Amino acid sequence: MKRHLLSIADLSKDEALNVLDTAAELARITETPVKKLPTLRGRTIVNLFFEDSTRTRISFEAAAKRLSADVINFSARGSSLSKGESLKDTALTLQAMGADGVVIRHPASGAAHRLASQEWMSGSVINAGDGTHEHPTQALLDAFTIRENLRESTGDLTDLNVAIVGDVLHSRVARSNVLLLKKLGARVTLIAPPTLLPVAVNSWGCNVKYDFDSDLKTYDVVMMLRVQRERMEDAFFPSEREYARRYGLNAARLSQLNSGCIVMHPGPMNRGLEISADSADSDKSVIVDQVKNGVAVRMAALYLLLGGE
Amino acid sequence: MSRSYLFKNLKDAAGKPLELAVSNGRFVKVDSASANFELIDGKGLTAIPGLVDLHTHLREPGKEDAETVLSGSTAAVAGGFTAISAMPNTSPIADTAGVVEQVFRLGRSHDLCDVFPIGAVTLGQQGKILSEMGAMHSSEAKVRIFSDDGHCVWDSLVMRRALEYVKAFDGVIAQHAQDPRLTHGSQMNEGEVSAALGLKGWPAAAEESIIARDLLLNEHVGSRLHICHLTTAGGVELVRWAKKRGIQVTAEVTPHHLLLTDELARSYDPVYKVNPPLRTERDVMALREGVADGTIDVIATDHAPHPAEDKDCEWAAASFGMIGLETALSVSYKALVDSGLMKLGDLIERMSTAPARIGRYEGHGSLAIGNEANFTLVDIDATWRVETLGIRSKSKNSPYLGLELPVTVESTYLRGKEVFSR
Repeated sequence: MKRHLLSIADLSKDEALNVLDTAAELARITETPVKKLPTLRGRTIVNLFFEDSTRTRISFEAAAKRLSADVINFSARGSSLSKGESLKDTALTLQAMGADGVVIRHPASGAAHRLASQEWMSGSVINAGDGTHEHPTQALLDAFTIRENLRESTGDLTDLNVAIVGDVLHSRVARSNVLLLKKLGARVTLIAPPTLLPVAVNSWGCNVKYDFDSDLKTYDVVMMLRVQRERMEDAFFPSEREYARRYGLNAARLSQLNSGCIVMHPGPMNRGLEISADSADSDKSVIVDQVKNGVAVRMAALYLLLGGE
Repeated sequence: MSRSYLFKNLKDAAGKPLELAVSNGRFVKVDSASANFELIDGKGLTAIPGLVDLHTHLREPGKEDAETVLSGSTAAVAGGFTAISAMPNTSPIADTAGVVEQVFRLGRSHDLCDVFPIGAVTLGQQGKILSEMGAMHSSEAKVRIFSDDGHCVWDSLVMRRALEYVKAFDGVIAQHAQDPRLTHGSQMNEGEVSAALGLKGWPAAAEESIIARDLLLNEHVGSRLHICHLTTAGGVELVRWAKKRGIQVTAEVTPHHLLLTDELARSYDPVYKVNPPLRTERDVMALREGVADGTIDVIATDHAPHPAEDKDCEWAAASFGMIGLETALSVSYKALVDSGLMKLGDLIERMSTAPARIGRYEGHGSLAIGNEANFTLVDIDATWRVETLGIRSKSKNSPYLGLELPVTVESTYLRGKEVFSR
C-alpha cells in the first residue's frame, strides 16, 4: 500500500480488497479475549481533529490502541481557518514530536492532500474526512459491512444494487462510496433532490434519480446520508417536513424494500428527518455493524500503512 | 532625458527590418538622426511598443508585504510593460482623490513605468454609494477607469448610474462580473472537477448573467463598459453579440485564463486558486478564439501578489490570485502565437495599443514618430524558465514556476530611458 490514505481514487481494486481482507482477519483476532496485537508497538499515531467528530476519533483511537500504538489526540478545532495556527505549523509541530502517522479530520476539502504533499512532515497521513471531499475509511467500512451481510465476507461487490440517498452534494461519505463501490463492481444509484446533487454528477458514472419511490424493490443496499439542517437556509429544500416526505426512509418505504435489502447510515442520524426511528431500528438496519466494523477497517488501514516498515 | 540614440538592426513585430531613432524621450525620424546620435546595435531583437496593463494589483498602500508600487513597477518593466493600472482595492481603498494621487506620485517618483490608478466605483467598494469619480478624474492622477474589482457592482441601479455618470469625463466602468449570491463561498469553477474535489462551485452563469445585464444597461445609457477578466465561452458569446449589436463594450482576458484549466485544482495547490476561477478546456479555446477575432480587446494580467503564508495552506483558507506581470507576454505568446491563432503584431495590439486606447494613456501603445519613446525589445526565439529566484515581484505566487516559456524581454524603455535590461 502507498504511504498515505487520502482518497479512494488512489487505491486499486486489489489494494481495496486487501484492506477488507486484512480487516476481516483483524476482526477475528479482536474477538478473542485479549484484543491487542503488538504490531505498532512504539509507534505514535496522532488524531488531528480540526472538526468535532467523537465517533470517528474514538474509532481510530480504538484501532490504534488494539495495534499497541501510542495515541495522541490533538484537537485543533477551527484553528486553521480562523487564522490561528496554520495547518503547516501544526504539521511541523507533529513532525517535531515524531508522529509516525497522522489521522486528520478537517473542514477544508483537500486538507489531507496538502498535509501529505508538502514537505511539512514525514509520517503517513490518513484522511478521516476532509470538507465535502472524501472519507475513505468510511467507504471501506461500508464496503466491509455490505460484504459481510451480502457476500459472506469474501470477494467483491459485483452486481449489487446500491442506492445512496440524500445530500450527495455536500457528502464526503457519498464521494468515497461512489468511487469504492464502483471499483468493487456494484451499481450505484444516487437519489436526491436536484439541488443536493453536483451539477456535473453525470460524470460520476452512477444512475441518478430524483424520485425515491420507484424501483425500491430493486436495491440490495439503501444507504441514507445525513442532512444538515442548516442547508434549508441556503434554499436547498423548502422544509424538513417536505424533505422527510420526499427523501426520508420511512416505514412505508421500508416495507417496500426487498427482504434481503440492508439499510445503512454513516451517523450521526437525524431520526425523523432522513431516516425514521423504525427504519433505523429495523432488522434490515446494519447501522450498528458499521460502527463495529469501523474499528477493524481502521486497524487494517493503520496496519497496512505503518506495519510494513 | 536629452540622450539621443539610433537603434540599428531591429525587427518590427512582423519581422521586417526596423531602425528606431530616439531624441528627448520621443521617437524621431530615422533620417533626422545626426552624427551625435549614439548608434546601438539591436542584435536582431524585435521592437514592440511598451506593453500596457489595464489590471494590476500593487497592494500599496496597506499591504506592502505583498507588493509595493516600486516592486510592482520593477516586475512590470521586467515583463516589458511601460504602463500599468493600479486597482483600487488597497487599504485605504482608492475611492478618493487623495489616495489615487498618492499612488500616481509614487509611480512618478520611481519613474520605471507609468502607474495609472484606477478609482473605485463606489465608496469603500461597498456597491452602495458612488465614490467621487469626478474628483479623482480632475486630480493629478486624471483617473479615467473606475472599478470595484474584487467586488461586483451588483446593484443594477448603482451600475446604471455609474455608467451614466462617467460619461461626463469620458470615463470607463470596468466591471468585475460576479453575482455574489451565486458565488458565496465558491472556491473554483463549478463542473466535473469541483464535483470530484468537493470544492464549492463557481458557476459560469454567475459571471455571464452580470455581463448580460451590464451589456443591456449600457445599450440603454450609451457609456463605456469594460468587462474585466472574461473567463467563459458564454461570456465571449455575449460580448460578440453585443459588439455586433453596436453596444459600446470592451473586454479583457488574463494570460492564465488563456493557458490554464480547472484540472490543475486536482493538486489542491492554492497557487491555482484565482478569482475568477480557472475554467475548462472548452472555455480556454473560446477565449483564445475571442482574442483572435477581436471580440476580446485586451489581455490584462490581473497581477495579484500574495505573501507565502496566504498560499502555503489548505485551499479554502488561501487567498485568490496569482502574479503575472513578468510572464504575461510569454504566456500569451505561447497560448496565441505558438498555437498559430495570431500573429505577434496582433498580440501586441491586444497588449499595448488597445489597452492604451481604452485607458486614454497618451504616449503609450505606438512606435509612431513624435510619440513618447515607450518601447520594449524582445527576443522571440529565446526561451526561459520561470524560477522563484528570478521573480522581481515581492510575492512569488506564480502558477508557472518551473515552466519553460517562449520570448524573453531584453530591455524596456520609458520616455527613451532604459528602465530594464535583462
